[in-house]
Amino acid sequence: MLFRCISKKQLRSLVEMFLDSCNVIGPKHVATGLSGQAILHYVPVTSFDELDLTYETTEYSAKQWLLPFKETKSSFQFTDDDWSQSIEYDRDPRVLVGLHACDINALLKLDKVFARDFFPSPHYISRRRNTFIIGIDHEPCDGGFCRSLGSDTATRGFDLFLTDIGDRYFVAVGSDRGFRALQQVEAREITDRDTHDYLVERQRLADIVQAEVPVHDLPNLLDIEFTSQVWQRWGRKCLSCGSCAMVCPTCYCYGVTERVSMDFEQGNKQRQAYSCNLVDFAEVAGAQNFRPDRETRLKYRYYHQHRGFVEIYDEPKCVGCNRCGRTCLAGIRPEAVISDLQMDGQT
Amino acid sequence: MKALFPPFDVSLESEMLEPLDFNRRSRLKEIDRSFKAEILNVIRLTDMEKLFQVRILNADESERFAFLPGQFVMVEVPGYGEIPISISSSASRRGYLELCIRRAGVVTGALHRTRRGARIGIRGPFGTHFPMETIKGHNVLLIAGGLGLAPLRASIFAVIENRADYGNVDILYGTKSPDQLLFDYQYEEWSRIDDIDLRVIVEEPNERWFGAVGLITELLDEIDVDPQRTFAIVCGPPVMFKFVCNRLSFLGMPMQRMFVSLERRMHCGTGKCCRCNIGSTFTCVEGPVFDFWTVMNLKEAI
Repeated sequence: MLFRCISKKQLRSLVEMFLDSCNVIGPKHVATGLSGQAILHYVPVTSFDELDLTYETTEYSAKQWLLPFKETKSSFQFTDDDWSQSIEYDRDPRVLVGLHACDINALLKLDKVFARDFFPSPHYISRRRNTFIIGIDHEPCDGGFCRSLGSDTATRGFDLFLTDIGDRYFVAVGSDRGFRALQQVEAREITDRDTHDYLVERQRLADIVQAEVPVHDLPNLLDIEFTSQVWQRWGRKCLSCGSCAMVCPTCYCYGVTERVSMDFEQGNKQRQAYSCNLVDFAEVAGAQNFRPDRETRLKYRYYHQHRGFVEIYDEPKCVGCNRCGRTCLAGIRPEAVISDLQMDGQT
Repeated sequence: MKALFPPFDVSLESEMLEPLDFNRRSRLKEIDRSFKAEILNVIRLTDMEKLFQVRILNADESERFAFLPGQFVMVEVPGYGEIPISISSSASRRGYLELCIRRAGVVTGALHRTRRGARIGIRGPFGTHFPMETIKGHNVLLIAGGLGLAPLRASIFAVIENRADYGNVDILYGTKSPDQLLFDYQYEEWSRIDDIDLRVIVEEPNERWFGAVGLITELLDEIDVDPQRTFAIVCGPPVMFKFVCNRLSFLGMPMQRMFVSLERRMHCGTGKCCRCNIGSTFTCVEGPVFDFWTVMNLKEAI
């Protein structure tokens, strides 16, 4: 990894240069919550000052910019007794500024699903390759347990990664286009002083206490506790609203529906984000539902996160951002569910 | 205004320019594109099921399209939707497919209203297949219940077309009532082949039924199974294959030699949408054909 150092002013010029040529998306204060807390989203900004780079967390993850909630997979044009199919890929260049390590690690997991060996998705790859990613280190967020999942540090998956070291940023360069972008603002080589300040800052962040959620035993435990009462207890609370999957940086399940225009000349095949907690997720034709109960569906979400994904990709699908816990209307927190499950097995 | 990083056009990637072939799963390609296919014939099998004979229109695509018994395709009815359907025809006939489809939902309902000449889309083939190569040199038990004969029929063809490679072949088929028997016009042909023993049973006979009455497991008791030299392919509803496989297991057949085909909702066929997930296993990728030991280890499979 190459490292460079830039002043805060240089970061501003870099972002402004990007603003001149493409969409820049970053954390922006968009509303205030009931208890006065700031609500931030990753949204397109028009100036550097709209960005809040010291934010704690956003309600939604950044996945929507790579895997939108809705996207047209292909469209059909109808003629009298025939049709033709056309496919458009989103090729708009974008810059995502201010992603935390958890969100970058989440993208790496999505890469494994959508950009690797098995039926890679051109829709996803097109967006991913046209997105320039600038990550940033941050104070641990409330309720997050990223350290337990090894996603508090990002070593890949970004073009530039910033660590605030007082009056300047220590920058990890993750790609050659990141390297060239830094040349545009004349970033300087790092000095011993920069390295020292960086390591001290990283240690300070690492020393901040964070909730611990051990997940190493979950693949087996989830099988052993398959019929555990824990699922009924938490499942009874679940409203089956699917909010957890919408805010999750890695949940990627979807449904495909087709729509026909009013003049019957065109049809659209749309991919829409779905959630395994929604009642009809596993329903098949003939109205048979493989997971009719909410506790089964809730269990299934944990099953996919901590067992299914591990089986295929050797790591859990969770990055420990706790967005699902924060957003859940029924107060289902992953930390509590997992700990309940672990306690249940031992008593 | 110049771009700070080079634009990337996925459609110009070399793999994207190659002809579409779903069997090359690791290569980037337009996986959302369907092969256009024409319905050649619609054959009414029962009140609920029709057999659609379909031909891929483009000659190159038709030539490249190859599948193995047990695999499925995503059938696209533009404007209505896309559904997974197992292939019922012989794998040795290139570019031509037979799809046995029960009228059950929106897309199948639309299909049942179409006539010959209509153009649909086909993506695939997807999924795992019955190990017809491994089975060679052994006896085969082909067992189907109800609509299960649809996926099983491709392996029946595979056995018949390579009859000398297999030992004794038993085909057992059961349905609820005689009206529900699929492909009844073919039983005569199958049973006339040397050493192919075809037995059919129904649960609820009507006045025109003179055959066996009962559950499919009763047919199993009538035949001699050499558990060490036999493979079984079992297709049907979960309750049926569970009983059949448990019975075979009791007779001493290893579960790794029994193969079943599962069905789930699917929206992609490529291991992405997660709709067909059983516990943690993708039916579209690691299935639909599983050996019974694997099924025993899948949570919520049966």
